[in-house]
Amino acid sequence: MDKEKLAEIVKSLIPGAEIKQGKNYVEVSVGNADLFSAAMILRDNPETLFDFLISISGTDYASDMGLVYHLESTKFRHMIVLKTRTSGRDNPVIDSVCGLWKSAEFLEREIYDLLGIKFNNHPDLRRLFLDSSWGFPLRKDYVDDINIVSK
Amino acid sequence: MEENIKEIVVGEQEDYVINMGPQHPSTHGVLRLVVTLKGEIVKNVEPHIGYIHRGIEKMCESITYPQIIHLTDRMDYLSASINNESVCLAVEKALEVDIPDRIKVIRTIFSELTRIQSHQLFWASYGMDMGGQTCFFYGLRDRERILDIFEETTGGRMLISYNCPGGLMYDIHPNFQKRVKDFIKYFRKVLPEYDAILTGNVIFTSRTKGIGHLSLEDAISYGVTGPSGRASGFSCDVRKHEPYSAYDRVKFNEVLYTEGDTFHRYLARIEEMRESMNIIEQLIDNIPEGPYAVKMKPIIKLPEGEYFQRVETSRGELDTFVISDGNKNPYRIKFRTPCFVNLGVLNHITRDFKIADLIAIAGSLDLVIPDIDR
Repeated sequence: MDKEKLAEIVKSLIPGAEIKQGKNYVEVSVGNADLFSAAMILRDNPETLFDFLISISGTDYASDMGLVYHLESTKFRHMIVLKTRTSGRDNPVIDSVCGLWKSAEFLEREIYDLLGIKFNNHPDLRRLFLDSSWGFPLRKDYVDDINIVSK
Repeated sequence: MEENIKEIVVGEQEDYVINMGPQHPSTHGVLRLVVTLKGEIVKNVEPHIGYIHRGIEKMCESITYPQIIHLTDRMDYLSASINNESVCLAVEKALEVDIPDRIKVIRTIFSELTRIQSHQLFWASYGMDMGGQTCFFYGLRDRERILDIFEETTGGRMLISYNCPGGLMYDIHPNFQKRVKDFIKYFRKVLPEYDAILTGNVIFTSRTKGIGHLSLEDAISYGVTGPSGRASGFSCDVRKHEPYSAYDRVKFNEVLYTEGDTFHRYLARIEEMRESMNIIEQLIDNIPEGPYAVKMKPIIKLPEGEYFQRVETSRGELDTFVISDGNKNPYRIKFRTPCFVNLGVLNHITRDFKIADLIAIAGSLDLVIPDIDR
């Protein structure tokens, strides 16, 4: 399926979303409250069928946190990029997509560990690589006392 | 008094927890598994990771793109060349650089040689996990030949850092083509030995067939890619679906099975070595003439934006996701490493099998621990 047609379908499925044609993939931005429902529509709709969650990437922007979900359909072989932003960065919370894709369990735990984004309804949200004495290293205001890397 | 005395049969009443690793010969690195057992039946496997977490993603935020290449080597050290390629392709995609055919073909040959040597080491160590010491000697004997080829051209053996943004570090050695062809000729002859010594072995097959079954739905849901996913019928080969470098001009089969057990995860890797040799044979005589590198600016700055590059390493799909703010170092770089995602399925496929099967199943996922921890 070409990108224009996919964008049209997604537009009709998720009316509140902001849809952009990226260089390689269609990019869909939704509000953080709509993330789970948008993800569920993208996974279950017979025209999109995004059943493979490739990766989740979290980023610290100065004012809030961004999350990017790369999805692929194993049937149609098309890809989409689902984006959202948390409200603020002091206590960012987002709905977990563990119920939709099982791979999200580890991917979300990694983001919680390194960025401190909490996920609602996650079955087992604990630190993954680091213990609780660490801060959240991928945040931009993280101070590394041990091994200072200067830019 | 008598009422209080219960007959205790060891292992039947209560679950107990044992700790496997982080120093354990068959976890191939510092992977710690906390295993809950009932008798010798595995009820739960909880991986504890992070023993060699180096924060590669954080380090990348303070270094330049050509420097990042050398860090990616240290993720999956057996697919080092393919990891390098992933970052190079992402940078070239962002800068919209046209890469000459010569570079694409050489990169593809190196990727496939890397894949073969990685699967050889898998075969060697997996055979040893299953009690076949000879496999280790056979596997490393043949892997040495590839490492020698790498050494002659690049100076390095494992972490060769041969790719750089815009091309290759240096041109191939004059002997390269001849040595690769000699190797293919040799390896086609000895690969049946691999099957004779391990694939057809009764002890080996009875320990692996029907063990650790992973269904197609679960493989997709857990995101298990690479040979482990393809053994369950999950068509996830990036080389086929989103061809990069020279994969669009070669003919090869995606190795797919439907059984999804430990044995077929093993078999998929053996068959992939044959496919890799087919790919190399199609390219080795047709390396086009041309420059081995495109001239890039001395300081590489990526335009503002987000770039996503998928490649197929020997363990599955590696994705490099770069968010650039226009500086010489990335604002954020994310590596979706195959082993990290594949590890998530371990608890699911080992449940209700014996503790001895845990070794067989975990080994068949071919985990490389630095790739999990990063």
